[in-house]
Amino acid sequence: MNFLSIFDVIGPNMIGPSSSHTAGAVSIALMARKMFPEAISKVTFTLYGSFAKTYRGHGTDRALLGGILGFATDDERIRDAFDYAKEMNVEYEYIIDEQTQTNHPNTADIDIVGVNGHKLSIRGESIGGGKMKIVRIDNIDVEFTGEYSTLIVHQQDKPGVVAHITQALSEQEVNIAFMRLFREDKGANAYTVVESDEPIPEDVLDKIRTNPNVDNLMLIQM
Amino acid sequence: MDFYNGKELLKKCQEQQLPISEIMRLREITTGSMPPEKFEKKLEKALSIMKHSATKPLTNPSKSIGGLIGGEAKKVAEHGKTSNCVCGSMLSKAISYSMAVLEVNASMGLIVAAPTAGSSGVVPGVLLALADEHNIDDETLCKGLVNASAIGYLLMRNASVSGAEAGCQAEVGAASAMAASAIVEIMGGTPEMCLDAASFALSNLLGLVCDPIAGLVEAPCQSRNAIGVANAITSAELVLSGVTHHIPFDEIAHAMLRVGKSLPFELRETAMGGLAGTPTGCSLGCGICK
Repeated sequence: MNFLSIFDVIGPNMIGPSSSHTAGAVSIALMARKMFPEAISKVTFTLYGSFAKTYRGHGTDRALLGGILGFATDDERIRDAFDYAKEMNVEYEYIIDEQTQTNHPNTADIDIVGVNGHKLSIRGESIGGGKMKIVRIDNIDVEFTGEYSTLIVHQQDKPGVVAHITQALSEQEVNIAFMRLFREDKGANAYTVVESDEPIPEDVLDKIRTNPNVDNLMLIQM
Repeated sequence: MDFYNGKELLKKCQEQQLPISEIMRLREITTGSMPPEKFEKKLEKALSIMKHSATKPLTNPSKSIGGLIGGEAKKVAEHGKTSNCVCGSMLSKAISYSMAVLEVNASMGLIVAAPTAGSSGVVPGVLLALADEHNIDDETLCKGLVNASAIGYLLMRNASVSGAEAGCQAEVGAASAMAASAIVEIMGGTPEMCLDAASFALSNLLGLVCDPIAGLVEAPCQSRNAIGVANAITSAELVLSGVTHHIPFDEIAHAMLRVGKSLPFELRETAMGGLAGTPTGCSLGCGICK
């Protein structure tokens, strides 16, 4: 069992009303924001399960939008996220999907389009107590929580890429807490997710990029 | 330095001749590796958010998003000042503060989950009323928070604080156990007495179901927080008077979890049973969700 801190009991400090339907939703969207490399012009949220049923009374819609605007779970601007989105020129749309079955009742998809045309789709699950998991990036099933510094490498599933990544990390003395490879198919698109207890130095990115089978990198510091 | 149940906690208190709050603080800065200054800062921050959320609705009430609550805390506070107040100043204030926190929570304001958002009114409600009535300073209140967190930690670890898993007894029950223990330490009780107070509080709400109307953290959650403060104050009063509990805290924690697991799923936050499942509860739910 993970260490339970005093501030896991007396905390989190959060915008209400619900840790799973509000704070967890903020965390999923904030993670998506941090994974996205440019300013956002449009975002589409698809809400499933319990999110789809009770989003209005729990403010899940504002929570997701607030996260996309970069607000943390304790940011009082979340309540007025619609106004802030207008001010920040972020277009938003909600799709309420009560039909599709998902693995977890509190699931949302977030599709982002950037001002320069970059696109990203992620799926997140709010798993209780404000905690969340990202379970899909584009069409690939992944799993990470954002509780650690996280490096996500979009790559081709070719021999030597993972060794190249660990070599780059080891040169910068990064201590890996968890590392997993998720792939679409053998030899196809894949993501390596590395989680570390410490911040991961930016220099690592340049080194990892030198491998021709690495397409894209995302780094989310703790 | 760590402990995994109430018995081990009491042993540590005994060996080191320290109160529960100090053992819990040492655990955080040793095993939890939190620098002491950061620890103090985070505690002060939590207390300041608690104070703000417990008092803001007394002057500025606001309607919840679901529309089921708003303004109750102010009413209770005003009634508490009249000669018609039946529960005395301490309880009246605690009720009002606790309901205020739930009002802030339900209107998308900032609160501290303690241990959950749905039960976030109990600990601040009790501690702030105690501070008003007994002139207690912030430093002592922070110790009360740390004491409360020790009880909450043990319940998170060995039982549950999730309404979806174990009903409201796990949320408001746990919060009132935390608050009861904190009162006892602040008022000079021993660690054993703190755990006994937590035991009384858990026992008193054993079996309480989680049945939120429309699935929202509004009603009956808000008034359950009011009963949570009454439960905490009553449990602390019993123990401070010298009354002892027959069953050890650890056994009660396990019993609470077993009772929770045996609750039908309709009564565990699904908004299908209890008040939420009544004809009026259902129609209120439909009105909000459409």
